[in-house]
Amino acid sequence: MTGIPAEGHAVVVGASLAGLRGAEALRRAGFAGRLTLIGDEPHRPYDRPPLSKAVLTGDIAPEATSLPNLHALDAEWRLGVAAIGLDREAREVRLADGASLSYDRLLIATGSRARSWPNPAEAGLAGIHTLRGRDDAAALRRALDAGPKRVLIIGAGFIGCEVAASCRALDRAVTLIDPGPAPLARILGQPVGEIVAALHRALGVDLRSRTKVARLEGDASGRVVRAILEDGGTVETDLVVVALGAVRNTKWLSGSGLDAGPDGVLCDGAGYVLDAEGRPDRAIAAAGDVARFPHPLYDGRPVALEHWGHAVAQGDHAGRLLAGAETGAAYAEMPAFWSSQGGVTIKSVGLTEGADAMVFAQGTPKEGRFVVVYGAKGRCIAALSFDSGRWLPAYAEQIAARAPFPPIRVGVDLHGLAVLPPGFPEERTSS
Amino acid sequence: MPDLPPPPTGSPLRVTVDLNRCQAYAQCCYAAPEHFVLHGREALFYDPAPSASDRLAIERARVSCPVQAIRVEDPERQGR
Amino acid sequence: MKAGRLFEAVKDEANRADPYPLYARLRETPVSRQDDGTYVVSTHAAITSLLHDPRISSETLPPSERPRTGNPLSDWIVNPVKDHLTNTHRPFIFRDPPDHDRLRMAVMGQFTHQRVHAMRGRSHDLVADLLDKQRDASRLDLVCDVAYPLPVTVICEMLGVPPEDEPQFHGWATQLASALEPDNLGNAEARAKNITTFDEISTYMRGLIKEKRRHPQDDMLSGMSGESGKNGGAGMGEVDLIATAILLLVAGHETTVNLIANSMLALVRHPDILARLAGESDLAPRLIEEMLRYDPPVHFRTRTALSAIDIAGTTIPEGADIVLLLASGNRDPAVFRDPDRFDPDRPNIRHFGFGGGLHYCAGAPLARFEAEAALVALAQRLVHPRLIDDPPPYRSGAALRGPMHLRLAIDGVAPRR
Repeated sequence: MTGIPAEGHAVVVGASLAGLRGAEALRRAGFAGRLTLIGDEPHRPYDRPPLSKAVLTGDIAPEATSLPNLHALDAEWRLGVAAIGLDREAREVRLADGASLSYDRLLIATGSRARSWPNPAEAGLAGIHTLRGRDDAAALRRALDAGPKRVLIIGAGFIGCEVAASCRALDRAVTLIDPGPAPLARILGQPVGEIVAALHRALGVDLRSRTKVARLEGDASGRVVRAILEDGGTVETDLVVVALGAVRNTKWLSGSGLDAGPDGVLCDGAGYVLDAEGRPDRAIAAAGDVARFPHPLYDGRPVALEHWGHAVAQGDHAGRLLAGAETGAAYAEMPAFWSSQGGVTIKSVGLTEGADAMVFAQGTPKEGRFVVVYGAKGRCIAALSFDSGRWLPAYAEQIAARAPFPPIRVGVDLHGLAVLPPGFPEERTSS
Repeated sequence: MPDLPPPPTGSPLRVTVDLNRCQAYAQCCYAAPEHFVLHGREALFYDPAPSASDRLAIERARVSCPVQAIRVEDPERQGR
Repeated sequence: MKAGRLFEAVKDEANRADPYPLYARLRETPVSRQDDGTYVVSTHAAITSLLHDPRISSETLPPSERPRTGNPLSDWIVNPVKDHLTNTHRPFIFRDPPDHDRLRMAVMGQFTHQRVHAMRGRSHDLVADLLDKQRDASRLDLVCDVAYPLPVTVICEMLGVPPEDEPQFHGWATQLASALEPDNLGNAEARAKNITTFDEISTYMRGLIKEKRRHPQDDMLSGMSGESGKNGGAGMGEVDLIATAILLLVAGHETTVNLIANSMLALVRHPDILARLAGESDLAPRLIEEMLRYDPPVHFRTRTALSAIDIAGTTIPEGADIVLLLASGNRDPAVFRDPDRFDPDRPNIRHFGFGGGLHYCAGAPLARFEAEAALVALAQRLVHPRLIDDPPPYRSGAALRGPMHLRLAIDGVAPRR
């Protein structure tokens, strides 16, 4: 592995969680050269998980989400200016303000953005929001403060569900619409989705599964007033949150020769980006949402993970890689995420994609606290907890060991271990 | 271009909690109840920007976390 | 010494003052089968793993069997019913979920941060009073004069136990705490003694709870005794309530005393750190976490394997007794650099001083505040403390481990700050 020149310039594109932790790792690993962080937003790196929860409910201010620096960075910051191009030949990043920055090592951490409502005319109506950044959260918070008649949330993934729960905490009327059979069913399967559905109904959410919004209508002033559903129904609404998932920010990489697209930029196991011919560029690593990489736990299938812990761990890995402090071992952090909705904490380890079986393990849905374990081809691949997070480390170990499914047959608080189909909806696509 | 300007005196601390790691032991909620609260059984809500005058309570929360999930940046005591 | 007899040596009182070299030997095999069939788990990684493993159970107490009295009514009716109730209503330290969770949540509902914080202020006052009493002394026994009376007063006030009753359950608490010592678990005579003590303290608690129900006050016992939903009541059944109250009382007696005494022992052995604490009271929180790592009040806990567990190259068979050697995990060089050094500046300490997983010490926040109040005041007010006996005499327990006496020579007690 080539060491970084002593006077080198490391550039981090994306002043995000992954970018910040990557920059810190570079420094911690001893990189003493110039370090520049580029961010398209005017803000210092901030934490996203509170945006759909405590920021929306007004418990914390949007600007309070700035992230701690865990290590003195001694960096130059180019905030409020996006990277718009990458010339690998010249080793230059082009910026939206016309400047170019040359680099010796580059960390791509541009993350993803919210998928917008597909009809541009409708998406332009006043009262239509997405939630990804701090400014989005501040705008949505103001809109919720203004006392909307009814909030319509399109998409019952994690963001949609968390926003719905936050709106109910504010006592706003909420309709949550999703084409799937139940909220989160695409990721957690239908049996768990039904439990999430019950949770939201108990919170007072008007949940409409198995239907889609066909179009959004505005009034003469251009403000959204209703949604027409595919099943013929209508929802009168003056505040719409489009929560249809994320698109990776890779447009600036077009023309760079890297294997980049809407699913992310492809990396090798070590974390270097790959060009269209599959050759690694050892001057460039990627981390966080934007990085598609082969996960050793899942037979090398390329995945791009939108998880907070992954941004931290892969950012750290990529920083050390670029500083020459990595041994070249594959990045293999166990995927993990959490969500909290209506006072319930959902946590997961592993990846459920491809699961062909599941069991309820510790606890019971009736008590509101339980563990679910997912299997594929006889192996344990993922586990999920509702308010039972202290059991998850044991299952994480079983997943890491590729233990047979179900991994634990006799233990505390187990009730029968009936193996069920996980019930993923048919239209489930890889992400 | 220089580093970000140093934060003004009296600026808040910066706190994050790794909620993957958090197992709701709630030690922080006893150490600094104004800044850490459990909603339900496991959902930890925390103040990411507590006042620097609460430094000792935040320190108690940070060190007492059994899984060491709490990270604090103290603008006036860099390098910790 | 043979590897299969190391834990025998840990239990031997001759090694009580410094069991750590034995722990280092045990860590050579992270999960070590002892000659008696017990599996001792001694590394940080293996302990962490098992603390979260649903295949291990905390229901390790042998079944209660009250001794024959010769009175047929007792032997055939009353005592069998009592045995049944004792077995099915153990305190939550000896229960698995879901019962453990239900009982523990009822307690935690009363263990509010307001109550804990009130006790924080109270601890400062209590320590100040205890030290004022030593104003003219040239020596003191830190255990009897400070480390014991402080937590006992605090737990009594938290629970709502009249302080004048304290002397009578001092002995009960010591006896019941011995249930955590493995040799007493297996010993019929010790068990019988425990059951007798349990019956005595139960009778006392039953009376107290009746009183709390008649005249509820702002204390944990009144709260737990109340009907569910009424005055914050937990709605616990009478037998569970008694078992829980006894657990809290015993735990409040037998653990924090060790934390304070072990800490003071370490500080007197490290006068530079003691002096630093006197001048820099903000050091206390970090110092206490390091103490909980370096010389914790509880050295190990026992569990049983509900099914076979493959861990760290060993298979623990179904039904085996497991010892989680917490104090050894705290000295694991794979996790802590220079682990045998007492270093309050150590970053990010993940210790087992309060256990971990579902059974993490319920009273930990209270213990921390008490220790902080005590150690800061002792550091500031004891003038030039020296150990009279080093090592000090220890209590007999290997699991709950701490000095019986900690005699210090001092050049006086400074006035309150």
